[in-house]
Amino acid sequence: MDLILVTMIDGLVTGLLLFMLSSGLTLIFSMMGVLNFAHASFYMLGAYFAYQISRYIGFWPALFIAPVLVGLVGAAVERYGLRRVHKYGHVAELIFTFGLALLIEEVVQFVWGKGHVEYNAPESLQFALFSIADYEIAAYKIFMIAVAAAIFIALLLILTRTRVGMVIQAALTHPDTVEALGHNVPLVFMGVFGVGSALAGVAGVIAGPVLGTFPGMAVVLGSIVFVTIVVGGLGSLWGALVASLLIGWLTTFAASYNIGMADLLGALGIEPPADLSESLLRDIWTLSLPQVGPILPYLLMVLVLVFRPYGLFGNRDA
Amino acid sequence: MLQIRDLHAYYGKSHVLHGVNMDIARGEIVALLGRNGVGRSTTCKAVMGQVALEGSIRFKDQELAGRRSFEIARMGVGYVPENRDIFAGLTTRQNLNLGVKPGQKGGRWTMEDMFELFPNLRNRADVDAAVLSGGEQQMLTMCRTLMGDPEVIMIDEPTEGLSPQMTQRVADLLNEISRRGVSILLVEQKLAIALDIADRVYVMGHGQVVFEGTPDDLRARADVRKEWLEV
Repeated sequence: MDLILVTMIDGLVTGLLLFMLSSGLTLIFSMMGVLNFAHASFYMLGAYFAYQISRYIGFWPALFIAPVLVGLVGAAVERYGLRRVHKYGHVAELIFTFGLALLIEEVVQFVWGKGHVEYNAPESLQFALFSIADYEIAAYKIFMIAVAAAIFIALLLILTRTRVGMVIQAALTHPDTVEALGHNVPLVFMGVFGVGSALAGVAGVIAGPVLGTFPGMAVVLGSIVFVTIVVGGLGSLWGALVASLLIGWLTTFAASYNIGMADLLGALGIEPPADLSESLLRDIWTLSLPQVGPILPYLLMVLVLVFRPYGLFGNRDA
Repeated sequence: MLQIRDLHAYYGKSHVLHGVNMDIARGEIVALLGRNGVGRSTTCKAVMGQVALEGSIRFKDQELAGRRSFEIARMGVGYVPENRDIFAGLTTRQNLNLGVKPGQKGGRWTMEDMFELFPNLRNRADVDAAVLSGGEQQMLTMCRTLMGDPEVIMIDEPTEGLSPQMTQRVADLLNEISRRGVSILLVEQKLAIALDIADRVYVMGHGQVVFEGTPDDLRARADVRKEWLEV
């Protein structure tokens, strides 16, 4: 029971972190039709910018300054890059963002080196906030949850309660019509791209100390983020939230429970063959849940694509 | 008020408009007729800055060609596209509110006007606009554009798929728009309505204007109707 609760908290942290990336990516995709391969690179930039800033003026200013810088980089990428590439079609845009992801990775390696950098959680948050049975819950984890939850609520309020939010919602599906009503849609695109990048940046700032700040961090998270928005349904904020939490819990639970395939099959009444080494299926009998954990999100994506190709919350027409 | 001169338009490599000339005066209802695919919708899109074009489009002595769509809208050009794209997920009222331009003050139309003209929209003001009927959605897209107080409005196929009763209500609205001093460019399939309410008509064929005159002129020209309009 205690382990379940602890794993729930860990899964929530992972899920909310995923959401901070997937929310921006899904809005950008729905609005501009661009699958932004460089989205996770903005997450990485967030971590590195925060690392650099925190060396001079500490973690707390970095928490605010780094995402703003990442957002500005994102807005500039849209304004001076994507918008010019747009007229050559989606393939060109895709290649552009792919190239950008490689470029950012190279630049990061050039400036900060190939290894991990010493980017740590602030000392003021390095203590155990409370413990469940023998498991200590770090204050920093609760801090991550609080930041992510605050961002989700702010995003939801902006999208559903403000005029800008209405324009964004309408432009998700009908950008031309919205622009013909006199709204500056190119500016809205740039803003959404910038804010989406900044959100990824925030995720990088708070995840860097936990998951490590190194040039491969974008690649590690990037593919899972794509899985998340496909599972949730492209363009759906709620879908992004549900899919992020689902995948967060799925992977965390899989990593925490050492259930072997032999136990599972045994529970189903299937006995292992007498001579395991001769059996064609011998590898299946030795598999354990933590081993297959990392592929579970992809398995989930395949199932969703088979049974509900437009995603859990996606629109069939979109 | 709106002058189109030697307008050429392109979708990628295909050349859709071949030198269109057209004029719309203040308060005038101009019908744009022709079969499907002759470039009527493209003409509207070109004015709105949504397709690549060459030539000149002047509105109140300012050149529109080369401007962004939202700038053209803010100058006073309204456009109701053919595909009735209401914003699903937003309510009827929110849809109408999005028609109001940033920084706009007042105008010829209020939301109350719209609700009086179409009581159905009032009854369904706070429901998701996606559940409105086809006719109600058509009303909503026209009213939404009017909320932005355009001086000229281009309306693409407003009566397509509507019942005779709804079609009559659209015709009434067009007359009301004109009465308030707004010019109309009406793209229409139904010859009867177009001839009934228009001051002048253009007939298009193969990306060019092939006939220009009053409704009476067109009524007298069976040859034009046979060659360019009748199916």
